[in-house]
Amino acid sequence: MALNMSGEVQLGAPRDVVWVKLNDAEVLKACIPGCEELNKLSDTEFQAVAVAKVGPVKARFKGRVHLTDLDPPNGYRISGEGEGGVAGFAKGGATVTLTDRDGGTLLGYVVEAQIGGKLAQLGQRLVAGASKKMADDFFANFAKAVAQSQG
Amino acid sequence: MNATGIGAAVRRKEDYRFITGKGCYTDDISRPGEVRAIFVRSPHAHARIRAIETAAARTLPGVLAVLTGADLAADKIGNLICGWMIHSKDGSPMKMAPHPALAATKVCFVGDPIAVIVAETSAQARDAAEKVKVDYDILAAVTDPAAAQAKGAALIHEIAPNNTIYQWHLGDAKAADAALATARHVVALDIRNNRLVPNAIEPRAAIGEYDSGSGKYSLWNTTQNPHVARLVISAFVGVAPEHKLRVVAPDVGGGFGSKIFIYPEEVVCLWAARKVDRPVKWVCDRSEAFLADAHGRDHVTHAQMGFDGDGRITGLRVRTIANLGAYMSTFSSSVPTYLYATLLAGQYDIPAIYCAVDAVYTNSGPVDAYRGAGRPEATFVVERLMEVGARVLGIDPADLRKRNFIRKFPHQTPVIMNYDAGDYHASLKKALDMAQSRDFNKRKRESARNGKLRGIGYCAYIEACGIAPSQAVGSLGAGVGLWESAEVRVNPTGSVEVLTGCHQHGQGHETTFAQVVAERLGIPIDNVAIVHGDTDAVQFGMGTYGSRSAAVGLSAVVKALDKIEAKAKKIAAHLLEAAEADIVFADGRFSVSGTDKSVAWGEVTLQAYVAHKFSGQELEPGLKEGAFYDPTNFTFPAGCHICEVEIDPETGATRIVAWTAIDDFGTVINPMIVEGQVHGGIAQGIGQALLEGVVYDDNAQLVTGSFMDYSLPRADDLPSYNVGMTVTKCPGNPLGIKGCGEAGAIAAPAAVINAITDAIGSEDIAMPATPQAVWAAVRKANMGRKAA
Repeated sequence: MALNMSGEVQLGAPRDVVWVKLNDAEVLKACIPGCEELNKLSDTEFQAVAVAKVGPVKARFKGRVHLTDLDPPNGYRISGEGEGGVAGFAKGGATVTLTDRDGGTLLGYVVEAQIGGKLAQLGQRLVAGASKKMADDFFANFAKAVAQSQG
Repeated sequence: MNATGIGAAVRRKEDYRFITGKGCYTDDISRPGEVRAIFVRSPHAHARIRAIETAAARTLPGVLAVLTGADLAADKIGNLICGWMIHSKDGSPMKMAPHPALAATKVCFVGDPIAVIVAETSAQARDAAEKVKVDYDILAAVTDPAAAQAKGAALIHEIAPNNTIYQWHLGDAKAADAALATARHVVALDIRNNRLVPNAIEPRAAIGEYDSGSGKYSLWNTTQNPHVARLVISAFVGVAPEHKLRVVAPDVGGGFGSKIFIYPEEVVCLWAARKVDRPVKWVCDRSEAFLADAHGRDHVTHAQMGFDGDGRITGLRVRTIANLGAYMSTFSSSVPTYLYATLLAGQYDIPAIYCAVDAVYTNSGPVDAYRGAGRPEATFVVERLMEVGARVLGIDPADLRKRNFIRKFPHQTPVIMNYDAGDYHASLKKALDMAQSRDFNKRKRESARNGKLRGIGYCAYIEACGIAPSQAVGSLGAGVGLWESAEVRVNPTGSVEVLTGCHQHGQGHETTFAQVVAERLGIPIDNVAIVHGDTDAVQFGMGTYGSRSAAVGLSAVVKALDKIEAKAKKIAAHLLEAAEADIVFADGRFSVSGTDKSVAWGEVTLQAYVAHKFSGQELEPGLKEGAFYDPTNFTFPAGCHICEVEIDPETGATRIVAWTAIDDFGTVINPMIVEGQVHGGIAQGIGQALLEGVVYDDNAQLVTGSFMDYSLPRADDLPSYNVGMTVTKCPGNPLGIKGCGEAGAIAAPAAVINAITDAIGSEDIAMPATPQAVWAAVRKANMGRKAA
């Protein structure tokens, strides 16, 4: 099933600071809910392990994350695919844009993803809500990380 | 009428154990040393398997084996088969693609099993399943039957170009074309017969066992036909030789057709049991059932019916694409062909009919017979066309049907079937009376005052049951005969065991079969036991589906009872010292005609076994007879259902406010059980019409994969039914029985949609007619009216 999401987050740091954080594997790992591993394979490729729980389905997703369309410090596209074993799979991407706003940075994101297997079969009605919550958690964590670096 | 004989509403003997939790289903059986199987299934609809990594799973605690398609192939286990050969109109055989029980090189639908984990516990097996890594090369997928044959559509099996399994046809194309070309009115409809999940209350389950001492295999399995399962597993799949394989179908909690088929999981359990030398049990969970049980229906149809100036049907032309899913299930090929197109005459004298059917592969679960199997689809086509025809011609729908009813029997239709008996006027008239159809307009005005739209819909259905004359189905491609067997074993005390090749999974055979036997022998119904569902007990049988058990299975019982009576009379003649020809048997006593000399049933049965009163050389001791009964024709249950709906145009919600069902099932053995069958069938038909429908998304993911998203009818979705009967006895079998198991599911969808379209004044509504769909149709119809 297809999943589409978009949103904006106001961050209290200049664009170049946000950009650095967005490319920092340690920061991303700390901010991604359920992320157990995020290993940098190259400047634009990571190996990731994350645990996701959607309704009755809980799975450890393993996969690769790629950064493309890098346009520092204006944004990039982050995409990937993960296998969750019997829980199914997820693949997709997000386009992230950064713009100056009110002395800080406005981060905009547009996500489109596909999920399949048990996640699609059972979690259908829950996936949108769960994804929104994961995105909210991520950006709350990220905003905190950005703020700390400014502190 | 005897208090427990034919026609008596005897309470079901089996219900005590079912309602007190004493039933014994496959999962209630535990074999010593039993271990559990869990299947690893594909999350992708279409992908090549590059590699399967099982080493990590094998090392986990409790895991006995992780088996894949490569292991199946190494053991030379054969593919699953479709047992009904259909030839395309060009003479070529259907394109049956290989269907291994575990996919080895390619997966073709979400849920396709790839590996099995056998472990001490389910939890351990599930943990190990998480560790199996499959490297997939993901391919494009197609699930819409109407798109499957298009250029550029994903090709699912090399053997079937354009995903086309067969292009079959029946009838006279030229005659139908000519009839439509010269018709005064031609009514056309595009119909989508929605795909359904059977959802038996008991999910499928299997226990495979291998005894290395005797070399015997046993399979406890939720099957509607244990002997056919044994035959296919031994002769085609080749897991075990037939004489060394016992298949037991214990209590089975509903089938609706979905438990006819020979599935991968039971084959794998049996095979794995030998590999690990432990009994292997698998119990399907509800999510798996949604993916892996054979679904029903899924037709895309364009149909045209021609009428002359008097409203008489001149011809019918039907073009259908039938979705058979990713693999051909056991009887899938027969459903959209001989179980469908042969019923397109309905109850009507139609001079010319032509039907062309393309069956296609798609990346969806297999599709096969589901309650009604082809006949609901045929009835929906015919009865929707009749209703629309009536509206176009401005003739009362009941009147239009009357003008076209078949009146003389036997009646040869242009599509193979020869109807033996029926009275369609009688069932229509009784239904109209019972539904108080004359006052419908009054009720419609009353609804309108309350802001509601009221509609009435008819469905005058026919079906072919009593499946089936073996020679006839053999000539049409069936791989098996469809006779039935019975054995009547009389004990010395006079009690009786009846062994039947039929299998009950909700039908109540233990009661109805006993009613017939008890009445015939003049013994209490409690002295009759029905034995079924075990290939070690019953020699052979074809199982239960297609409303065949009473018409075919009971006919075999009656034939065996004839032999029992003949033998018992010989014994009685010795006891009474009279000529055999003078012995009369009635009410449980043998008497000498014209005298007061008689002897009771129990005395004769005892003497049969002690053999003191006759020479064992002249007359064999014992009292046991068997019979095989092969039907002379299909049976043709028919009737008329009338549905009345009230629709809230503001919300689109449809409420069924009245339901009248008049059915002609021939002789009825137990009216209470028959009424229950009618109720259940209508509920399933209403489910199809209003609520149920399988949805695969653009990536062929099943999104209606749980009861959150797949809506079964609940009590508050259903009305109280007015059920009645008319009777024309079936001339083809000894008791005059036609069969009742599927009628409701066949009649209901068209009756509901005819009522909804009557209420909203638009034919533009597809099943399931959810509130959203009805609301949109009402709006569209209103806008159309405003624009006009």
